[in-house]
Amino acid sequence: MIEIHLVLIFMIAAAVIAVSVKDLLSSVVAIGAVGVGLAMAFLLLKAPDLAILQLVVEILSLIILVHATTRQDLPFSTSGRWLFNTISTLFFVVVFLMVAHKALKGIPIVGASLPGAVQPIMENVPAKEETGNLVATILMKTRAIDTLGEVAALFTAVVGVLAISRKIGRTGGGNGL
Amino acid sequence: MTAYILCFVLFSIGLFSVVRKRNIIKIIIGIGIMEYAVNLFLILIGYCKEGRVPILTEGQSIKNMVDPIPQAMVLVSIVLGLTLTLFLVAVAIRIYEKYGTFDITKINRLKG
Repeated sequence: MIEIHLVLIFMIAAAVIAVSVKDLLSSVVAIGAVGVGLAMAFLLLKAPDLAILQLVVEILSLIILVHATTRQDLPFSTSGRWLFNTISTLFFVVVFLMVAHKALKGIPIVGASLPGAVQPIMENVPAKEETGNLVATILMKTRAIDTLGEVAALFTAVVGVLAISRKIGRTGGGNGL
Repeated sequence: MTAYILCFVLFSIGLFSVVRKRNIIKIIIGIGIMEYAVNLFLILIGYCKEGRVPILTEGQSIKNMVDPIPQAMVLVSIVLGLTLTLFLVAVAIRIYEKYGTFDITKINRLKG
C-alpha cells in the first residue's frame, strides 16, 4: 500500500503546482504529471487496461490543453471580493470534506473488496471464453449497450466541438460572431 | 483508509481550482483533477489486497482477484473525461476569440 500513498502524494503535489502556478503552460505540464501519476496508480492497483488508456488519454488532453494555452492573455484583475471568494471556496471544500467523512464510514477499508458481483457475469459467459480479460468481457457482454452509448457521447462531443469552433456563421461570410 | 483521504484531498484541490480561480483554463484543469480523484477512488474501492490482475488464465478461478466491474466503469469514465476536456477547451477558445481574454470576470458583458 505504501507505493499507492507515495504516488498519491506525488499527484497531490503536482495538482497543487498545477493550480497555483501562474504560467498556463507550466500548469498544463503539471496536470500531465498528475495524469501520469494516475496511470502509475492504476498499474499498482492491478488495472493495466486503465493504465494504458489513461496514458493515451492524458497525452491527448495535454495536446488539446497546450493548444489552448498558446494564446496571449491580458493581465488578470486581482482586485475585488478577495475575502468573499476565499471564504465561499473554503465553505465548499469544508462541506465536501464533511460529506466525505460521513461517507467514509460506509465503504470498506482499502483492499477488502471481494469480487462477488462478477460471479453471475462469468457464469453467463460461454465456456470457451472463460479465459481472457474480464474487463473486456464485461464491456463487451454485460455493458455492450453502455459502450455503444460511450461511443455515441464521443461522437456527439466531436460534432459539438465542430459546431462551436466553426468560423463562418449562418449568414455566410463575416467573422461569424 | 489513508488512500481514501488522500483521494479526497486531491478532489478538494480540484474543487478549490474550479470555485476560486478566474482563468478558464485553470477551471478546466480543476475539473480534470476532480475527475482523476473520482476515478482513482472507484478503483480503490474495488481493490483487493494481494489481488491479481482481472485476467483469467487456464484453470484459475476468480478468487483472489481485484474487482473488474469498477475497472470496466472507469474505462468508460476516462474516455468521457477526454470528451469533456475537448468540449470545454473548444468553448474556452471560442470565448477567447469573442472577448480576447480567459478571465471569467471580464466576459460578462453582452456583445454583438
